[in-house]
Amino acid sequence: MDSSQLLGITTFTFLFASFLYIAALVFRTENMGKAATGFTIIALLILTLGLGLRWIESYQLGIGHAPLTNMYESVVFFAWTIIIFYLGIEWKFKTRTIGAFALPLAFLAMAYASFAPINRGINPLVPALQSNWLLAHVITCFVGYAAFAIAAALGIMYLAKTSFAGKSSVDQSKELLPPLATLEDITHKCMIIGFIWLSAGIITGAIWANSAWGTYWSWDPKETWSLITWFVYAFTLHARYTRGIKGKTIAWLSLVGFIAVIFTYYGVNFLLSGLHSYGSS
Amino acid sequence: MQNNNSLWQFFASVKLALVTLFLIATTSIIGTVIPQKEPFQFYVSQYGPKTAQLFAILDIPDMYNSWWFISLLFLLGFNLVICSVDRFPGVWRQIKADGLQVGADRIRKMSTQKSWRSDAPVSDSVLSIKELLKKHGWQAAEKQTDNETVIFSQKGSWTRTGVYLVHSSILVIFLGAIIGSLGGFKGSVSIPETMSRDKVVLYDSREIVDLGFEIRCNSFAIEFYENGMPKEYTSSLTVLENGTEVLTRDIEVNSPLTYKGITFYQSSYEAYQDFVVTAVNTETGSRKTVVSPFQKQTEWPEENVRFGVINAKVRGQSIVSIKIWFAGENGPPSTMWLDENSLTTLDENNRNYQVRVKQMYATGLQVAKDPGVWWVYIGCGLMLFGLYVAFFMSHRRIWVLVTASDKGSAMVMSGSANKNRPGFENVFDTLASDLERT
Repeated sequence: MDSSQLLGITTFTFLFASFLYIAALVFRTENMGKAATGFTIIALLILTLGLGLRWIESYQLGIGHAPLTNMYESVVFFAWTIIIFYLGIEWKFKTRTIGAFALPLAFLAMAYASFAPINRGINPLVPALQSNWLLAHVITCFVGYAAFAIAAALGIMYLAKTSFAGKSSVDQSKELLPPLATLEDITHKCMIIGFIWLSAGIITGAIWANSAWGTYWSWDPKETWSLITWFVYAFTLHARYTRGIKGKTIAWLSLVGFIAVIFTYYGVNFLLSGLHSYGSS
Repeated sequence: MQNNNSLWQFFASVKLALVTLFLIATTSIIGTVIPQKEPFQFYVSQYGPKTAQLFAILDIPDMYNSWWFISLLFLLGFNLVICSVDRFPGVWRQIKADGLQVGADRIRKMSTQKSWRSDAPVSDSVLSIKELLKKHGWQAAEKQTDNETVIFSQKGSWTRTGVYLVHSSILVIFLGAIIGSLGGFKGSVSIPETMSRDKVVLYDSREIVDLGFEIRCNSFAIEFYENGMPKEYTSSLTVLENGTEVLTRDIEVNSPLTYKGITFYQSSYEAYQDFVVTAVNTETGSRKTVVSPFQKQTEWPEENVRFGVINAKVRGQSIVSIKIWFAGENGPPSTMWLDENSLTTLDENNRNYQVRVKQMYATGLQVAKDPGVWWVYIGCGLMLFGLYVAFFMSHRRIWVLVTASDKGSAMVMSGSANKNRPGFENVFDTLASDLERT
């Protein structure tokens, strides 16, 4: 058994758990929800095992490094952080409805990792990536990304709920999804957590850049886009705190922010050129 | 500072901050789409002469250093300063506010509240409540009036500064950036092995800067992985002051050398057709390191030997073995293949020499001086700390009103927190039930 098999199993378990969460949401059955949580935890364990095994495999190849160094590994790690973050929210807020939106995200990430035409090999590290800052930088960034992903999932739930609210035929959605106030509250908290971790991610990246190239900020496209993302969330938090902007606007901003995240993470590697080109191989 | 001046109000407004954030975020995109710092001709061929002209007028080819982008950053900084100066005094008053001045009526009206009775007289109740609060880490003060006693305690009043810590951290980062751009430089230098340099060329101005000391490249080496990818670039560098060696260190990518505030980063290399030969007389220990051009004779007059490189085998991009000839005073030269950069012992004139031959490189160093970098790091640390304080810590206040009743004393306890009220209510409830039990 090697790591890629474990990661493949995880992909399908995430898909299955997604269906269970959606079914639990639609049919409102407690047991199905519990099963969904159970399968998600199992998938998380397999995924953790897979990542650990990949780490060990890299040492067996004599090029040992944490499995966080190319697009494939980072997408897998993204799925891992999304699930950890989601399970934390499920446990803290005692609601499973978010799972119907969060699990498909993790599944999509894993499916992309498994089936897209990207390099899935374990490759040695070019000299620039051989740094202790690699772990700190990647982990902080992806915890932030995961928080923003969940915030966007909640934003979609919020918008879905407000658009259903007008139509009496789908009035049942009122009970299907948590109350608007709860959704808004968790969205806000996710954005705060994401903002702090993104700040830490940008900072660790800056320190790393300074130790590798002698400049902590060079306006390379990846850096610039991470800053744009940071500004979007700074804007959102200020709009809420000081101008009392709430509800749909915040939900839309959570989506705009996440689009910026996706562009920073993914779009920049493929559409723009720069120092961060490692990620695209 | 309450200032009704409309200009002041404009610069103190959050609306301005939102607009500035929006403008910086959207205009930043330009530089990620349009390649930066290319020559004018590049923009002419890519976008046409008219657009290229427009770009030049708007400084688009170097937009992050353009007058308008820097102005936006300054506007954000200025806005932060004015906004903080405008609001901070109010926050300071809240931090310094004496909770004992809060009237009994207001304490009774607070939403987080609990009341109970006790048989103990007022003075005993006050004493035991204060003691118990202290045991839970709440330092309490009291004030007595005719018919009631107010006990007040608070935690984390300073956390109200959290937002201002974050805002000032951005200013500290800006300050660091300004110090760096005024007092520092970024440049590069290429040093062939065995040679030294005391000047670097700056990136932006192409200006030549004197380092004030010499830096020598003793050797440069590339290691490869089995698949041919580069594994590590290493340069051995020596700092020389007035010709005397001061410091010798190996640098790699991610592991630079700093001397007198100037840092040398491994950034590139250049391969020459020449070779570096090191020979050591194993008996006397006398040694010679010399650059030997391909197929040219090189002499070591002290030892009376001559040598030269006549052939080399290449695999991929690197030389793996080198054929040399080596001759003493009299007698024919001997020729042999040596592995690149490995020690081989030769016997010549009945003297033993250890010889090492390697391809000659020049190491490409990025050279930076940035006296502002520690300000930037301090700002970054302050930002993370400030964000934590601003979002996760709160100013929590508790009042207990003790009044005399027909049988002992009556207590009303209330509290407030400026953030995370559900969390505070949990703390409040445990504390209240603990106090009630005594």
